[in-house]
Amino acid sequence: MAKLILSIEGTVLKEIPLLKERTTIGRKPHNDIQIDNLAISGEHAVVISILNDAFLEDLNSTNGTFVNGQSIKKHFLQNGDVIEMGKYRLKYLNETAQPGAGADFEKTMILRPGAMPRPADPAAAAAPASFAETTAAAHSTTVVGMETSPVAAPAAVPVPLLGAIQLLSGSNAGKELELTKTLTTLGKPGVQVAVIARRPHGYFITHVEGTSFPVVNGRALDAQAHPLNDHDIIELAGTKMEFFLKS
Amino acid sequence: MELNSVLEIVARTDPGMVRTNNEDSVLANATRGIVILADGMGGYNAGEVASGMATALLGSELEKTLGTAGIGLLESSRLHELLETEIARANGAIYQMAQSQPQYAGMGTTLVAGVFHDDRLTVAHVGDSRLYRLRGEDFQQITRDHSLLQEQIDSGLLTREQARLSQNKNLVTRAVGIDPQVQPEIHEHAVLPGDIYLLCSDGLNDMVEDDEIGMTLGMLAANLELCATQLIQMANDNGGRDNVSVILVKVKSAYPARGWWQRFLAWLK
Repeated sequence: MAKLILSIEGTVLKEIPLLKERTTIGRKPHNDIQIDNLAISGEHAVVISILNDAFLEDLNSTNGTFVNGQSIKKHFLQNGDVIEMGKYRLKYLNETAQPGAGADFEKTMILRPGAMPRPADPAAAAAPASFAETTAAAHSTTVVGMETSPVAAPAAVPVPLLGAIQLLSGSNAGKELELTKTLTTLGKPGVQVAVIARRPHGYFITHVEGTSFPVVNGRALDAQAHPLNDHDIIELAGTKMEFFLKS
Repeated sequence: MELNSVLEIVARTDPGMVRTNNEDSVLANATRGIVILADGMGGYNAGEVASGMATALLGSELEKTLGTAGIGLLESSRLHELLETEIARANGAIYQMAQSQPQYAGMGTTLVAGVFHDDRLTVAHVGDSRLYRLRGEDFQQITRDHSLLQEQIDSGLLTREQARLSQNKNLVTRAVGIDPQVQPEIHEHAVLPGDIYLLCSDGLNDMVEDDEIGMTLGMLAANLELCATQLIQMANDNGGRDNVSVILVKVKSAYPARGWWQRFLAWLK
């Protein structure tokens, strides 16, 4: 569930869960978050929650609303954003934003028109209910029939080293090509082409087209991807080149 | 008309890195020019059942009708009607199943289905499974998602870039099998030789940026099998949080339903 933590000069005053579709912030008592300070306008700003997202809107306040030091009129709140009004700070925390939280986060769900739930409706925010319960609730809520599945920590560790190719023969001998992109194709289209894929755990070369296959360290490849090691020698479309890792 | 000499099709589905089951289904028939991809939802194996039913039911009916009748030059409206009828039928079957069997209650599926005919492609979709097209250098999303995010983008609440940061992904506003009726969106597009079409589930486009997808299609167009493997690998390397499915279609040459003379005669009538 998303929440705001109100503080002044480093002292936390209170924690406000974003339970409503509109959470108003201002000096006057009718606001959901009342900040009784003259630097705050009567109706200063509003946080609009749509399911797991929240938007902050400044209501033409006298002294303005700032997010992470920038003056804003309208802002799509992201986990960890710091909202400033006068001397007050509101930190926006959205737990579902952390990877691994919210077991059904990646599940496709149907949203029924005209039956949007309140943003932090406990039924929607809680872990997915059992199947029978979800079904029973299907007519009153928008979220239907989800199953919990464990969510692993995201993979995708960047390649620690940058790979490059240096041409060893041909008219461009000596030329170097850094392999910064996910894919780099080499060769002559229609004759012989290979692709080098940059993956989290290293570089891989695969044959793409042509009757002859690339040769790595004197051995011809098959159709499978072949991992590249530092100082591998590749022969392709009549050109010799060396793969190496840059430190 | 048989299209297997004109269309090269590769269909692939993968459970991804997190899920143990695969709720996506794919079906491709190069002879009849039919491609169907569905991303199921619902507990236990209900999602698989829903997407499996959608592809199988729609696929077999389209194959039957297109195999016997063949859809010609002047019959685009008939194809449109056929898709509408058969999607309605598949929707009814899934809905009935969900109503009658407690373990399937609430199941549903997204759907994107394409039929290649007469230098054209008719596409029906429901939900957030997508069709993209690479034409020359130009890589474009052809279908528009039926999703909360797309509605928010349309209304100006979010930009495309902001949508990537949203925590409201995977909320579809239309699905097959959820209600007694479903409204598919159906459009017809002109096809050019050299075009490459990609149908995919959100497991691909949520994990891999459109630019990267387009670049992969462009670079590996000569080898569709490798291209499909690469796309799935990229989604998995980026976390593979959902099932990933892709269908790639390369159009090798034009495929008018009739020669120019028949076209001329048809035009005279």
